[in-house]
Amino acid sequence: MPGKLKEVKTRINSVKSTQQITKAMKLVAASKLKKATDAIVQMRPYADKLGEVLRNISAGNSSDVEIVYAMERPIQRAAVVVITSDKGLCGSFNANILKTANFYIKNDLASVRKNGNLTIIPIGKKAYDAFKKYEDCKLVTDYVNLFKDLSYNNVSDVAKMLMNGFEVGYYDKVVVAYAEFKNAAVQNFNLVDFLPIAKKQAEEKQASNVDYIFEPDKAKLLKDLTPKILKTQFYSYLLDNNASEHGARMTAMDNATNNAAELLRQLQIKYNKERQAAITTELTEIVSGAAAL
Amino acid sequence: MELHIQTPEANIYKGSANAVTMPGTDGTFQVLQNHAPLIASLKAGEVKVVTDSGIKTFSIGSGFVEVLNNKITLLAESPA
Repeated sequence: MPGKLKEVKTRINSVKSTQQITKAMKLVAASKLKKATDAIVQMRPYADKLGEVLRNISAGNSSDVEIVYAMERPIQRAAVVVITSDKGLCGSFNANILKTANFYIKNDLASVRKNGNLTIIPIGKKAYDAFKKYEDCKLVTDYVNLFKDLSYNNVSDVAKMLMNGFEVGYYDKVVVAYAEFKNAAVQNFNLVDFLPIAKKQAEEKQASNVDYIFEPDKAKLLKDLTPKILKTQFYSYLLDNNASEHGARMTAMDNATNNAAELLRQLQIKYNKERQAAITTELTEIVSGAAAL
Repeated sequence: MELHIQTPEANIYKGSANAVTMPGTDGTFQVLQNHAPLIASLKAGEVKVVTDSGIKTFSIGSGFVEVLNNKITLLAESPA
């Protein structure tokens, strides 16, 4: 039965080459994940210090300065930022983000959507593909390719656009759907309010009691600081999402490689059986041929 | 004094300094040894650092600086 034998051999070879691809993709994802987590580590001291400066400024600032970005309005117009990856082959990563976003749109923003006042800002190709068929929503496609060059300046452009939109009343609420990075294997699929800024709960951390000189005055500093903090926050969403993507891909490809190995093992057994069967048949034929002489 | 210049993307400088000149939003100013605690906002421009081994300049985007106990922390965006 050489025909069947050849069939199994071909399958073994094709599974082997698939396994090589998934293995390579896993290694690539691992090295990209390292880079992505490094970027998060780089940003952290900046974000931490910015928060500390904010605490120092607002400490003892009884006359609450009204911040534009904290104003809560009835939600008539809203924007949803959906951050996914550009590429697939990362398990259920993108599907989960889209599910999170869609759940929120369906439940909390149904009336906004019905009035045609829902704007969707997809970041990453997969989000764009998923939302381009939503004809009753406004689609802002300027930032789909943001992951091509994920620099702070590019990202803060998006944040600036959202803050402007909020300030002039174009959006009453801005939410972001993204995957928070826990570790290489675990992502948290989150939907967070970006604007308006959530009212600060009582500060747990006591600000230092140093008597600072403020230059310019506190109110103006606070006005300068808030957009910076928002931009940094938005940047951290994207960095988190980027790291999550590579983590998810690494896990998915690792699983695929293991599955391929298991499949190969079974195919090899099948191949051996077929080979043995072929030999046995051949032997029987020779023996019976010899007996006939 | 100790100086630390940090952007969201990288750590630009960490080390000692004798004098630091910064572009404040209300005008350029310089911080020397034993300066009083200060928080100031900065506009985009050049930061001039005088160290034992010479003068270094860094260009920054807008940001903030905190001076406390001879420790200067400068947070800035990358120059556009």
